[in-house]
Amino acid sequence: MAEIALSIRQRTEPSDRVGHAGLLLVSLLLLLFLAAPLGAVLLQSFEDRKRDFVGLENFVAYLHTPALTQSLWNSVWVAGFVTLATVPAAFLFAYALTRSCMPLKGVFRTIALTPLLAPSLLAAISFIYWFGNQGVLKSVMQAFGIDSIYGAPGIIVSEMFAVFPHALMILVTALSLADARLYEAADALGTGAARKFFTITLPGAKYGLISAALVTFTLVITDFGIPKVIGGNFDVLATDVFKLVIGQQDFQRGAVVAMFLLAPALVTFLVDRAVQKKQTSMLTARAVPYAPKPARGFDLAMTAYCVLVAALMLAVFGMALYASFVKFWPYDLSFSLRHYAFGLVDAEVNVAFFNSLKLALGTAIGGTAVVFIGAYLVEKLRGMDWLRPAVQLLALLPMAVPGLVLGLGYIFFFNAPGNPLHALYHTMTLLVLCTIVHFYTTGHLTALTALKALDAEFEAVSASLKVPFYRTFWRVTLPICTPALVDISRYFFINAMTTISAVVFLYSPDTKVASIAILNLDEAGEPGAAAAMAVLIAATSLVVCILYLGLGRLIDLRTQSWRHLK
Amino acid sequence: MALSDIDLDVRQGEFVCFLGPSGCGKTTLLRIIAGLEVQTAGSVRQAGRDISRLPPAQRDYGIVFQSYALFPNLSVFDNVAYGLVNKRVGRKAIDARVAELLTLVGLPDADAKYPSQLSGGQQQRIALARALATSPGLLLLDEPLSALDAIVRVHLRQEIRALQQRLGVTTIMVTHDQEEALSMADRIVVMNQGAIEQVGSALEIYREPASPFVADFVGKVNVLTGSAQDGRLRVGSKLLECGGCARAGTFKAYLRPEDIIARPIAAHDSNVFDSRIEKIEFLGSYCLVRVSTDGLGQPLTVYLSLNFLSEQNLEVGSELRLRILPERLRLFDG
Repeated sequence: MAEIALSIRQRTEPSDRVGHAGLLLVSLLLLLFLAAPLGAVLLQSFEDRKRDFVGLENFVAYLHTPALTQSLWNSVWVAGFVTLATVPAAFLFAYALTRSCMPLKGVFRTIALTPLLAPSLLAAISFIYWFGNQGVLKSVMQAFGIDSIYGAPGIIVSEMFAVFPHALMILVTALSLADARLYEAADALGTGAARKFFTITLPGAKYGLISAALVTFTLVITDFGIPKVIGGNFDVLATDVFKLVIGQQDFQRGAVVAMFLLAPALVTFLVDRAVQKKQTSMLTARAVPYAPKPARGFDLAMTAYCVLVAALMLAVFGMALYASFVKFWPYDLSFSLRHYAFGLVDAEVNVAFFNSLKLALGTAIGGTAVVFIGAYLVEKLRGMDWLRPAVQLLALLPMAVPGLVLGLGYIFFFNAPGNPLHALYHTMTLLVLCTIVHFYTTGHLTALTALKALDAEFEAVSASLKVPFYRTFWRVTLPICTPALVDISRYFFINAMTTISAVVFLYSPDTKVASIAILNLDEAGEPGAAAAMAVLIAATSLVVCILYLGLGRLIDLRTQSWRHLK
Repeated sequence: MALSDIDLDVRQGEFVCFLGPSGCGKTTLLRIIAGLEVQTAGSVRQAGRDISRLPPAQRDYGIVFQSYALFPNLSVFDNVAYGLVNKRVGRKAIDARVAELLTLVGLPDADAKYPSQLSGGQQQRIALARALATSPGLLLLDEPLSALDAIVRVHLRQEIRALQQRLGVTTIMVTHDQEEALSMADRIVVMNQGAIEQVGSALEIYREPASPFVADFVGKVNVLTGSAQDGRLRVGSKLLECGGCARAGTFKAYLRPEDIIARPIAAHDSNVFDSRIEKIEFLGSYCLVRVSTDGLGQPLTVYLSLNFLSEQNLEVGSELRLRILPERLRLFDG
């Protein structure tokens, strides 16, 4: 046996070649629609208008343009301010949801998550109705010394509303991971409530807090819709990118600004990955879940806080809803369907709304299929050991790429003369692909979690029984994972309905979507119709969520009955 | 785990156990035989066919994992029939074959149930039935009993052995449980750090361990350090008769507890010494007794039957004459 062999390669099972082809397709998709556009942005930022390499010249020029560096500073301090205000507020809300015996937790939670159903700029529209030039409470605001809502104040309050649910979800997860035994041990040692909070609760939620802060900062700094609507003359990085690229066709400087947007997102992503690993390892299998005990005063205080937050949320949502049904703000406040009936039709919004549904359906179906098959092949395929880690990396990358940067990359790459894929530019197909890629990572991680929960030897058993892998995928893996598929699909649908950042660069008159229509209506001085459109999107998202809930139940009955057998 | 110098033949119809501590490479070796992992060098042959580079699906074996790996969303019937459906035999033939297999593993009425409705032991029988369904030439068992509780484990190991003998299917089982290996296998392959330490029957492995590792890993053992002197072994102040003391040098002498006897001891016997009982560990019909010895310079562990202890009124502190059986002393260079 002492023969010297260069490592022996196993022959490939013919049926496995199907999987290899699938993995190649997924990697091709991610290369063309993620890596190549990003590369294009990166390249442009180091080139001059004649496409010659100029090194860091663009960056140096950028830092010497006071108007642009002002935007950089604006973006940073606004995002920092929103983070510092939102994370503690969301932490308290999450604390009430997980650690108190407050009533109606489900209701509070649902209300707090509603901002996810609409494009973020719904908040901006609503705040204009509250505090804008003709706002109801403008004088109250001015009594507090804030002259105008347009600018930093408007961006800050709107962003707080929009990012609250994102921070909340992370913090609820972090606070749910408590080990009751630590609190019991502290009680046994006669520890006071404040000391327990600072020595057990806060350290336990540390990683959640870091993660929530980073995510909040990144979401705010990369958001485009809100500053566009309520920012006035207050320039930020996201609006600069748009102005430079769409307004001035200055791709190089646009690419430089995009790099500034990419940086915080990339840092967030890397820190978050590191933090996630620590967070999961904190909770051992033997931990006992924490169950709060009733405490009258505390529960009452928590309820009061949550009522306050929920009321503010409803006030924001309610104003948009109300404004959309008002005849002519602020002069004629009588009820009218004018904005829905005519405002939207005039602006060809029926087309946009239909396009949004097409985009959302395409993304939900196509995205779920690609993401799940991709995750399956990365996790379970035999062979292609060199390619699978690369695909895994590409699948995680979108999380670190703001939508604006991705959209910019699509312009640079697909609009480039000589690109054979140029025909895709401005098409619905490209919008769908862009949106799938934009939201790829969350779906991929959900699929991976579901797949990792399966016995690792299913594929080995199938092979020993001479059953090709795709039959086991179809008969076993897919049916077991249907709940995850429903989750992924809903996530894609809702995000496709509400997204603005990437598609704002890519639509044509024929493929304009509803969320973009809001922006256009607002620019055209039709805030009522803009509000109506936003409400329509939120309503659609809500209905779709309910439909998904029903679908989930149905699928559960059809495919998961084995889970509930006694 | 890296393997090295693996040279092993498994005979037709034989039940072979790979035995060793965790991380010794036994599972890796099994997975290489199954084609689930690829060896960097060397070849694997089955029934005269070189299968070294064949993917799992082109090899001929059935496999049972510690986790059972039953498909939870399929009924027991569908699980057992999983590999049969692919063979394009008729529905009737499949029905008959599944019924036959379920009877074989003692669960004839389980066909409509789902895995979650069965106990661990029952699930493992179904996994066995599924692996045997296509009548493979080789059955691979990867720690099949480790996830089960003690009583089920003992019961099932007798059943698997009986089933294997009835069907005559060549079987390789990986286990870290020496009792399992000793009671089931025709031959045991003891592995350590990626290499085979010894291959032999249960009795050979136990009585004639080829290395200190095997002696240590399988069963209990006393280790005496001594040096050869005039064809005998000097341990402490004692000179012991022994089987292999012709060589010079220092040795570690390995000795099972049952190789030290309390009776019969005749007047002219060699290797006899006095001892005092220090500790009695009750194990049922016999006891593990630790004794301090005069002359040997170290305590020894011996098995004494419960009857003997009570007959002789022995307790901690009692004096006892013991004898080491010379032919049982196994010497290793040390």
